[in-house]
Amino acid sequence: MASRSAPTSLRKRIRRKTPLLTMVSPVTVWMVILIAVPLAYVLLISFCSTDESHHIVFAFSVQNYVKLFDPTLLSIYGNSLLIAGLSCLISILVGYPFATIMANSSPFKRTLMMAFLMLPFWTNSLIRLYGWRSILGSNGFINSVLQELGLITQPLELLYNHFAVVLGMVYVLLPFMVLPIYTVILKLDHSLLEAASDLGARPARRFFKVTLPLTSSGIFAGSIMVFIPALGYFFVSNLMGGGTTQLIGNVIARQFKEAFNWPFGAALSIILILITLILVRAYTKTGGKMDDLGAM
Amino acid sequence: MSSQAIVELKGVNKSYGENHVVKDLNLTINEGEFLSVLGPSGCGKTTTLRMIAGFEQQTSGTILVEGEPVEDKEPFERNVNTVFQSYALFPHMTVYENVAFGLKMKRVARNAIKERVQEALTLVQLEGFEKRLPLQLSGGQKQRVAIARAIINQPRVLLLDEPLGALDLKLRKQMQLELKRLQKRLGITFVYVTHDQEEALTMSDRIAVMHEGILDQLDTPNRIYDFPATRFVADFIGESNIFDGLAEPQEGGTISVVTETGRVLCRGTSGFTAGEQVQLSVRPEKLRFAPEPKEGFELQGTVRENIFVGTFIKSILLLSNGQEVALTSLSGQPIPEVDACCYLFWEPEDAVILHAHSQEVWSTIANVDLSDFTPEASA
Repeated sequence: MASRSAPTSLRKRIRRKTPLLTMVSPVTVWMVILIAVPLAYVLLISFCSTDESHHIVFAFSVQNYVKLFDPTLLSIYGNSLLIAGLSCLISILVGYPFATIMANSSPFKRTLMMAFLMLPFWTNSLIRLYGWRSILGSNGFINSVLQELGLITQPLELLYNHFAVVLGMVYVLLPFMVLPIYTVILKLDHSLLEAASDLGARPARRFFKVTLPLTSSGIFAGSIMVFIPALGYFFVSNLMGGGTTQLIGNVIARQFKEAFNWPFGAALSIILILITLILVRAYTKTGGKMDDLGAM
Repeated sequence: MSSQAIVELKGVNKSYGENHVVKDLNLTINEGEFLSVLGPSGCGKTTTLRMIAGFEQQTSGTILVEGEPVEDKEPFERNVNTVFQSYALFPHMTVYENVAFGLKMKRVARNAIKERVQEALTLVQLEGFEKRLPLQLSGGQKQRVAIARAIINQPRVLLLDEPLGALDLKLRKQMQLELKRLQKRLGITFVYVTHDQEEALTMSDRIAVMHEGILDQLDTPNRIYDFPATRFVADFIGESNIFDGLAEPQEGGTISVVTETGRVLCRGTSGFTAGEQVQLSVRPEKLRFAPEPKEGFELQGTVRENIFVGTFIKSILLLSNGQEVALTSLSGQPIPEVDACCYLFWEPEDAVILHAHSQEVWSTIANVDLSDFTPEASA
């Protein structure tokens, strides 16, 4: 009996789902062309190699993945993780208070602060980083002012070091930290804070016992969105670090642009994607919502 | 009743910009009593509670807790605890951690915390729920955790903001009894905010009825029901028939009131002048059918409906001026048929006479704390 009704029900199901499919399929096609196919290609060539004239040779090998454990590369990973971690930490320390103040302000002030946060985004980040160079450079704003005031005789070396790279990262990525935290603080039930006060918690303890744990998902979401790009934003380390700082992103960029070793660059990219996936998985495992990550 | 004042509000006002939410509130809450603050939403009752807790600062006036002004004290410095309307349980903590929170903040030793949390959970009948998260609890269980959490610090005063509002009727009835029992057992002063008049009547030692920011009446449930001080109280608590009219004081302490539909009679206290506009409040169970005109009453009505409500029958009557009144009589008593015209009366002492402008009069009178006056003193 079940087998007899199966064909009709299948036809019915197709008919019922057809409108839905026509609505969804353009997006699906788009995503497949723009995301799935390139990613599959990256994965594919990461298992290939190149000949002398840098052409990709489609023969399966894992040599690119073995090469990932090269000692010089390992130190670059370490460095990159350090820079990204530091950028993340500073973004939290700056972004959390900012998000708190923004969430507790009047709607007008909120809009104003949001504008200050978002307006720079309408300018290309390269141009904005050049702005920082002109502030930090040896003939830049800070050095000239300090020299005018007679506080220093030699210009300070503010650019071309880790500090400058971290500053650039924080500057470019701060909104990605502020927005998720802001969203969580805004959703925080105010009566919970009142309950904590009511039960005798002073402001500092209330913050660490109630506010912080309940907004940690925002911090985690923001950290993912700062940490991952900070591993890869090679242009920041190029402009602000001037070649003194090597990130994973720099290595990948060099494989594609200078060394023409696309397969090795692809293997590095796959590793970066894996790190991202692991972090996102950890985030959702601890109760984070994917929607909050896509808040931007 | 011991009447040591534990919370005193003196001339307290609260405004949000143009919005005057609490007006000249004078209220003395006695140690160990169960006081309900009753009123419709927006009457300022929750604001009053929040001012005692310290979440809101009064615009003017003084609040004393245990005889000391608390204006400069932050909520965490006040010896009062709150049960919130939405429970406000910390979602990231277990039941145990929620209840222990207050003690941890006071840096009580770990062993003592464990003991006292167990005690509190036993008190609210939640043993064995220690490891659950608030998310895994039902509404009634959350309520119990909220109460256990609030009493763990042994406050002198417990403030409850419509704590049973979110529960279904049956559970609410059960929790009412439990709360009352708990209050007796702990001897803590309860200040209970509610908009449910029945809840206030069944649980309270005294009720403070608030209306548009003004304290209309502060008295025992009995007296509030029998002698409402304002038309609002008469209307809001229980059911009342209100008659407008002009007073004509008579010999022998009665007042004849001329209404649109004729004269009626009531027992009068002094303070009513001839020709003054007054209102009479008569409970449906005090209004009666008369076979023939009663002396002093010129009140007639036509029966519109007789509704059987179990132990009593409720009759809706139409007066000649179009006003509807309600009358309840015990089942089994003879009552007129629908559409029958009949005479109505009440015992003069069963009607409460009010100044028609009592609202304004009382808002000024309320500034004097009447709770200190006893009948003997004024006689």
